[in-house]
Amino acid sequence: MTLLAAVDLRVERAGRVILDGIGVAAQPGEFIAVIGPNGAGKSTLLRVLAGLQSPDRGGVTLGGKELTGRTLSSEDLRQLARLRAFLPQGAHCEWPIAVERLVGLGLTPSLPALGDFTLSDRARIDAALEACDLSAQRQQPVTTLSGGELARAMLARALVGDPEVLMVDEPLAGLDPRHTQDAARRLQLLAAGGKLVIASVHDLTIALRRATRVWALKEGRLLADGPPPSVMTAELLRELFDLEASVAGSGARAYIDF
Amino acid sequence: MRRGTRLVMVMSAMLLVLAAASLATGRGGHLLSGPTDEAEARLLRLILWELRLPRLVLALLVGAALGLSGAVLQGLTRNPLAEPGLLGVSSGAALGAVIAIYTGLGFLWSLSIPLLGLAGAFGATALTLTLGGGGGVLVLILAGAAVSGLMLAGTALALNLAPNPYAAYEITQWMMGSLADRSWHEVLLAAPFVLAGSALLLSTGRGLDALSLGELQATSLGVDLARLRRRVLLGTALAVGAATAVTGAIGFIGLLAPHLVRARVGHQPGRVLWPAALCGALLLLAADLATRVVPLQPELKLGVLTALVGTPFFLWLVWRMKRVAT
Repeated sequence: MTLLAAVDLRVERAGRVILDGIGVAAQPGEFIAVIGPNGAGKSTLLRVLAGLQSPDRGGVTLGGKELTGRTLSSEDLRQLARLRAFLPQGAHCEWPIAVERLVGLGLTPSLPALGDFTLSDRARIDAALEACDLSAQRQQPVTTLSGGELARAMLARALVGDPEVLMVDEPLAGLDPRHTQDAARRLQLLAAGGKLVIASVHDLTIALRRATRVWALKEGRLLADGPPPSVMTAELLRELFDLEASVAGSGARAYIDF
Repeated sequence: MRRGTRLVMVMSAMLLVLAAASLATGRGGHLLSGPTDEAEARLLRLILWELRLPRLVLALLVGAALGLSGAVLQGLTRNPLAEPGLLGVSSGAALGAVIAIYTGLGFLWSLSIPLLGLAGAFGATALTLTLGGGGGVLVLILAGAAVSGLMLAGTALALNLAPNPYAAYEITQWMMGSLADRSWHEVLLAAPFVLAGSALLLSTGRGLDALSLGELQATSLGVDLARLRRRVLLGTALAVGAATAVTGAIGFIGLLAPHLVRARVGHQPGRVLWPAALCGALLLLAADLATRVVPLQPELKLGVLTALVGTPFFLWLVWRMKRVAT
């Protein structure tokens, strides 16, 4: 069963081609790492796949629904929001609300128009805070968090609604080694539990060890699409990043060095 | 949550005290201690029922509309300096009313002033939405500023071309904003619009909460931003347009009220709405009471008082933001 499919995506901005002829498909249970140099089009691809940006050409289908070629109605948007969570790169909050309130915003698509959180909502928020190691900071205003803590709070915000599809743009940026491993393991576990996880990452070792699949993007084109060990070869990485790379070890001990 | 509830309770209690004070303040105070004969009793009923009560109800309605729309607009724009005047709503209402006075229509039929004021508010809002709709919040603000400027220019033109000094005097009096000499007619005219607008504004809470995360994340959370913006604009036009149409321009309440309550409800935009409405009502009632207590002849105008008290607060806000920024 194909959960997500994109055909021949093309996006142009101010005469520059951002995405060009991209076709991908994804199933539940996959943890897809999107890799590539800065400006390769990773963020744009995630936004288009999430239904938040219309491509100039091509189409996206998510959960059996066409996302492109029309204006999404309010009801479409809400249904889409219940199905997939999206987290942009460098997400931040404009008001100094408490961390637990920020995480609670992730439940917006399933909340009624008025009223406070129910007990089960609160339990979900507690679980998400616990999962992202933020229980001690739950009352703290988000504007006083460190960069890494904020990134974790935002990840908790994306996880709290337990979406079938999770699309996250650089969720590991700014995290310390322990929290990087924690977050990566959490994404891996979600996928193992039957969710579809698509994350852009710059930590290639994590992509190699934990992802079930890699999409390698360069200059808006999909250079490779496949299981990490077969895609992430020294040769492809050199082509992707214009840098000599070495891939060593295998399985859980595999790593990539530049 | 508990903090917010306590805040609402404290403000409600203050509102009751001020409302009682408002009813008892002014000429004829000696009657309150007990009228001595039938004529005095009738006079007391007349004063309370025909003068004080409509004034009180109008103060509550208008203050709440201003405070609520200020909170909603600050949430929508994520800008703490946003206020109802921003979208051209107040200046549109002012222009409509001024046209009624200018053409002499207001002297023939006094309800034409609020009615044209309401029409002006809607015209300005429609113009803002046409010019700035679908282009994001910044474009909306810029369009609002342009429309606001246009309405102010029209008002200035009316003053400039005023047929006689009396018309010019009437226009300036009206623009200073006041609750004096308002009857049930004005209350009944404004109330349906204020209530309908407020209901629309109160329904935006979830969307405003999600917008704290920015437009992209809000959309990803299922918020239809175009629809949210339309609702905010329509709600403001109804509530603030109707309020301005019957009372004249009253500034700063919409700016101040959300700030006074925001920190006490944890800064979440959706939770600021009810307390800001309450706080706006409280502020306007207090200001109206002050204009009646301050022994000045002629009576100090409400809009003048709110501007006098509001400007230092605005400066304090700027100073505090500067301090936080550095």
